[in-house]
Amino acid sequence: MNDKQQKLTSVAELEKKRQGLNKQRSSDAPMIAVCCGTGCQAYGGKKIADAFKEEIEKHGLGGKVEVKTTGCHGFCERGLLVVIRPQNYFYQRVRLEDVPEIVSETVIGGKPIERLLYESLATGEKIASEEEVPFYKKQVRLVFGDNGYIDPYEIDDYIAVGGYSAFSKVLSGMTPEQVIDEVRKAGLRGRGGGGFPADIKWQSSREAHGEPKYIICNCDEGDPGAFMDRSLMEGNPHAILEGMMIGAYAVGSSIAYIYIRNEYPLAVKNAYRAIQQAKDYGLLGKNILGSGFDLEIKINRGGGAFVCGESTALMASIEGKVGEPRPKYIHTSHKGLYNKPTVLNNVETWANVPLIINKGADWYSKIGTENSKGTKIFSLVGKINHTGLVEVPMGITLREIVYEIGGGIPGDKKFKAVQTGGPSGGCIPENLLDLPVDFDELTNAGSMMGSGAMIVMDEENCMVDIARYFLEFLEDESCGKCVPCREGLRRMREILDDITQGRGEESHLEMLEEMSEVINDGALCGLGQTAPNPVMTTLKYFRDEYKAHIQDKKCPAGVCKSLITYHIIEEKCTGCKLCVNACSYGAIEFMGKKTPVVLHQSECTKCGACKEVCKLKAIEIR
Amino acid sequence: MSELSAVKETISSILDRYDRDKSNLIAILQDVQAEYNYLPREAIAEVSQALDIPLSQVFSVATFFRAFSLKPRGRHSVHVCLGTACHVRGAASILQQMEKEMNVCCGDTTEDKKFTLEGVNCVGACALGPVVVVDGEYIGHVSVNKVKPLLENYD
Repeated sequence: MNDKQQKLTSVAELEKKRQGLNKQRSSDAPMIAVCCGTGCQAYGGKKIADAFKEEIEKHGLGGKVEVKTTGCHGFCERGLLVVIRPQNYFYQRVRLEDVPEIVSETVIGGKPIERLLYESLATGEKIASEEEVPFYKKQVRLVFGDNGYIDPYEIDDYIAVGGYSAFSKVLSGMTPEQVIDEVRKAGLRGRGGGGFPADIKWQSSREAHGEPKYIICNCDEGDPGAFMDRSLMEGNPHAILEGMMIGAYAVGSSIAYIYIRNEYPLAVKNAYRAIQQAKDYGLLGKNILGSGFDLEIKINRGGGAFVCGESTALMASIEGKVGEPRPKYIHTSHKGLYNKPTVLNNVETWANVPLIINKGADWYSKIGTENSKGTKIFSLVGKINHTGLVEVPMGITLREIVYEIGGGIPGDKKFKAVQTGGPSGGCIPENLLDLPVDFDELTNAGSMMGSGAMIVMDEENCMVDIARYFLEFLEDESCGKCVPCREGLRRMREILDDITQGRGEESHLEMLEEMSEVINDGALCGLGQTAPNPVMTTLKYFRDEYKAHIQDKKCPAGVCKSLITYHIIEEKCTGCKLCVNACSYGAIEFMGKKTPVVLHQSECTKCGACKEVCKLKAIEIR
Repeated sequence: MSELSAVKETISSILDRYDRDKSNLIAILQDVQAEYNYLPREAIAEVSQALDIPLSQVFSVATFFRAFSLKPRGRHSVHVCLGTACHVRGAASILQQMEKEMNVCCGDTTEDKKFTLEGVNCVGACALGPVVVVDGEYIGHVSVNKVKPLLENYD
């Protein structure tokens, strides 16, 4: 379909288009789905997809076997991922040299290649099909699932899997009130952090005075460790556009913005492309599908400021100003962008909307817990075997996520904590692992849902260091407008510097707690108010670690450089010289073959290069 | 053509892309930065004048957002990801090693203008962590010992 697409002028034409596409495509036609998300791109992505195309041609199968470059499949740890459909053979860690064999053995021969299959961590058994891989088995991939089937560059792929049918349903007979009512009944809460009910924002903007009204999609995913919004925008941008279209229709808006982080070049590119295609199809523009509804969607690229994920700061940034938040005595749903009524939701929230309209609020609200409906996508990262994106129903326990989906902690290390909610969240210890994950439970535990980053930490991570890390991050990202955040976070970070560098005092802990409360009460926006959370939760659950730093001047995890020293275990060292060569500071002296090396503490910067190369585990941290 | 009129012309063509609309200031500055690799003084002045935005305001935007640099940058941009997932896998040591190998502090450019070293708060490629992005290319599973050979790949 390279011919210029004729604009679709009615809902009937869109449905006819869909039928036509489905007639051409058969669900059991052979297809090679190559993951080209950002993670898999690092392993060759497009290059491997091109090699598949070449190989297919070589076997004279051009036109019979489709090679599809898809968005992120989620299991980033095992990139590059390839799925052979219709059998759904799941190949992991695929490299360029595997391509010919996959084509001859699997695509032509129909047999799976053992070597490339996922191997169960528990039993060592090889698992052939995608659905049976433990990482995917427990997931409910309602929002994220289509990523593995569609090429984000082709609007036809999205239409063929039922895309834009929710939008056409809305246009062909639902009133804006009915749409909002459906979203209310579904219980959709914002996935960006706060968990605010989407329908209340929509309703309030709809009723607010002032024209034009704006719709914004927040793709300024700044939480470190979170990348679900990026993967959705890269892998299925039309689902987000469709959600925004439905929202705009419900609110009565004809101008919408997508605010994307500039660090996400592929998401920016795919979003531009998707908007252009939607325009060509007449799904954006004037008199969409003959309904009289107009909508234009524009893209704004962020400038790399974490605070711009905050709604008022984001709006200031779209207006071309410095991204400083303002107090929200007047809600943005009444006076937001350019002081006009504005609805802002994040990527994942918008992507849930078509699902609710298509399958109905009754169906949607059956998934999840009492006050948190639907699924949530988490990015499971850090010290975990299966790093990646997981979509699970609300209410699943942390233990299920970490151990069943995530496959536990690598290297037989002991689990210590999982950090949720990004820099505004908190660290949850092992005894709370059976906590059902939803908006309210996480808040009760002192953390928050945030955008869904879950960073798993093991015994080698120092919780004081983690608290310091987040404070440093937020101090750096504070816009500087209000005093509690600008000054308070800096002072707290200085105290944590003291503690991690061996100058800690007993009174510091009380002071940290007091400052946390004041900043929480006094800061202007969400960034400041929630900034003390990592300190509060680590103080609550890991107070012993703070005490070890202060009283014994020791870092039990062996992280804080001022409190540790590296030592050679003489009985194990054979004088192999690997560490001597690795040390760029000349701190390790070679004493002759089969003689233990000597480490000069005065030269050592504790960079860890020696421990990294030592094959005999002859270097330890004390 | 003098240097100044060349700047004027470049800026003018960028402004036209955005219909000379003030609200596109950030996008305009991003394009200027893409053109020059940094925001030259003359370019900022020119944008301010052409859009009729006070110089102070353009300057405050240019210094607020991390994406902008007021100093010329190196031929290769090296971004060390300092997101949480990379942090727990030892990103701080990677950055320290980078600083040593390049002999600059994070945020600066080497004397020979070869590298600009910067930290970035998560590039969203956590499975690859610790990850370094050089000229837009993602390099995963970097370790302290891989830093030197990695930098030797660039000239």
